[in-house]
Amino acid sequence: MEILVCVKRVPDTSENEITVNRDGTDIEREDLVYSVNEWDNYAVEEAIRLRDAVGGSVTVVSLGPEEAEEVIRREMAMGADKGIHLMDPVFEGSDGRGVAAALKAEVGKGNYDLVLTGAQADDGAGQVGGMLAAMLQWPFAALVNHIEVSGDGILKIGREIAGGNQEFSEIRLPCVLSIQTGINEPRYVGIRGIRKVASLEIPVRGTAELGIPPEAVGEAGAKVKRIDYFVPQLGDGAEILEGSQEEIIDKLIELLKSKGGIK
Amino acid sequence: MAQIFAYILHKDGVVDDTALELRTAAATLDPEAAVTAVVTGSAGDLDNVCKEAARSFDTVWKVENDALAYPNAEVIRLLMKQLLPKNSRVLLPHEHFGMDLAPGLSVALEAAYLPDSVTFEGMEGDALKAVREEYSGMVRTHVRCDLSTGAVITLRPGAFAPDERKDKTGEIIDKTPEILQEGLQEAPRRFLELVEAEAGDVDITKSEVLVSVGRGIEEQDNLEMIHELAKAMGADVSCSRPIVDAKWMEKSRQVGTSGKTVKPKVYLALGISGSFQHLGGIKGSPFMVAVNKNPKAPIFQVADVGVVADILDFVPNLTEKIAEGAK
Repeated sequence: MEILVCVKRVPDTSENEITVNRDGTDIEREDLVYSVNEWDNYAVEEAIRLRDAVGGSVTVVSLGPEEAEEVIRREMAMGADKGIHLMDPVFEGSDGRGVAAALKAEVGKGNYDLVLTGAQADDGAGQVGGMLAAMLQWPFAALVNHIEVSGDGILKIGREIAGGNQEFSEIRLPCVLSIQTGINEPRYVGIRGIRKVASLEIPVRGTAELGIPPEAVGEAGAKVKRIDYFVPQLGDGAEILEGSQEEIIDKLIELLKSKGGIK
Repeated sequence: MAQIFAYILHKDGVVDDTALELRTAAATLDPEAAVTAVVTGSAGDLDNVCKEAARSFDTVWKVENDALAYPNAEVIRLLMKQLLPKNSRVLLPHEHFGMDLAPGLSVALEAAYLPDSVTFEGMEGDALKAVREEYSGMVRTHVRCDLSTGAVITLRPGAFAPDERKDKTGEIIDKTPEILQEGLQEAPRRFLELVEAEAGDVDITKSEVLVSVGRGIEEQDNLEMIHELAKAMGADVSCSRPIVDAKWMEKSRQVGTSGKTVKPKVYLALGISGSFQHLGGIKGSPFMVAVNKNPKAPIFQVADVGVVADILDFVPNLTEKIAEGAK
């Protein structure tokens, strides 16, 4: 099975406080720790397991600036066979549609049976996979948390739906699936693994190589544009307990007791 | 004027609560517009669903087909493409079905896609100014979405107040004859079965006091301190999604839209940032205490009381003090 996994480099929200810059045009990006989008990491792991089970290859593709190469290389260290970097100044400001259009062109250059994406990203909205599928006229399923090969050109998939329930379907290949966290346990990548793939070549492609008109992507092609960032003020917010830890604990125990929280 | 459509989710003959939220959103989009509800399904309860939808929408389009017995996004996308006029504005909830249907539908309709809106701030010419969340709700953005060639817009469940008036008597129109029947049966994705979540050792939906733990616990071994605190308080232990993803706890302990909906009297959130998916699983306005080392964590906006501290340091001391008091 030839598998393409779409990954994205994002600020790691578990490592960072995300704040808005002074004029609200962006988040404060200085000192941010970036990593591969968490959902994408599960998608790569799933692709590697599928390949190991049935043969084929795993290619990782990322659209983004120079630094996107780091996450491509990290996922290659996990076990992906190839990496592709889509980079072009005109990609800047693309909406989901623009990113999907670039990925569609890349899919067309290969001979893929299956395309995986993360179900969502912290700075996105879980849209690229579904759009890409529709552009390719391939079937799609979102929030997939189980994949098995069930027949010739057919996968049995599970989707995570409300209340912890799981919906099973059969889907025909080629298809696009967006992967939910928890589908597997992504393997650890050590520094040694990354060194091993440090010298592997990662081809870089822009709109010219992809054969797409620059106006189809970027700000020009976007129907949805960000205007600004702001920090929400929801409700009154919590009463933050102040003082020494001992004082805080005494206060908290008193509160919990009064609300029936300590039996 | 562009037409507005609301796709109605329903199950076992009952219209989903989100339908009333779609009505509110549609009226915000265009107070003058007549709004059409689209109801798809197989025979049986479908007429009841249409009648119920007609109390909240001006028109109801019904599509009935055996292939629609289970809402399969691959099938519904096909029929929506056949049914909807050019430049339509389509509203649906941003949950597991909406996320499955909407992005591809926007491509099929050659329309814009505005995902997961939490507020509409109004029109600026042909563009809708809306609010979205990013980074687990730590920041929000204003976005401008060009509606001139139509749009598919998904709404965060619970973000728009439901319009509960049910004061309409919409006309129900059977659109089934306009749909090409054969294509529907041969969809490239076929529903097999639903598997319900396994019941766990503790039913957290019945717990009065929950000690809930999230990513801030850092390591599996640290979970012991959470169990000790819960024991000292006489509470049950629940968790947020990352703990289940890491396989440190059973799925039956997960609070959230993809886990359990709980309604305790007291909810102690430890090292939980407070994503909307997590908060969506907490009902009944419990007294909520949040302990998190990040003072900007969204959980502090909804909690009643907050403590800015590292739970690894704070929790053992809290447990000790509670245990002392019990002696």
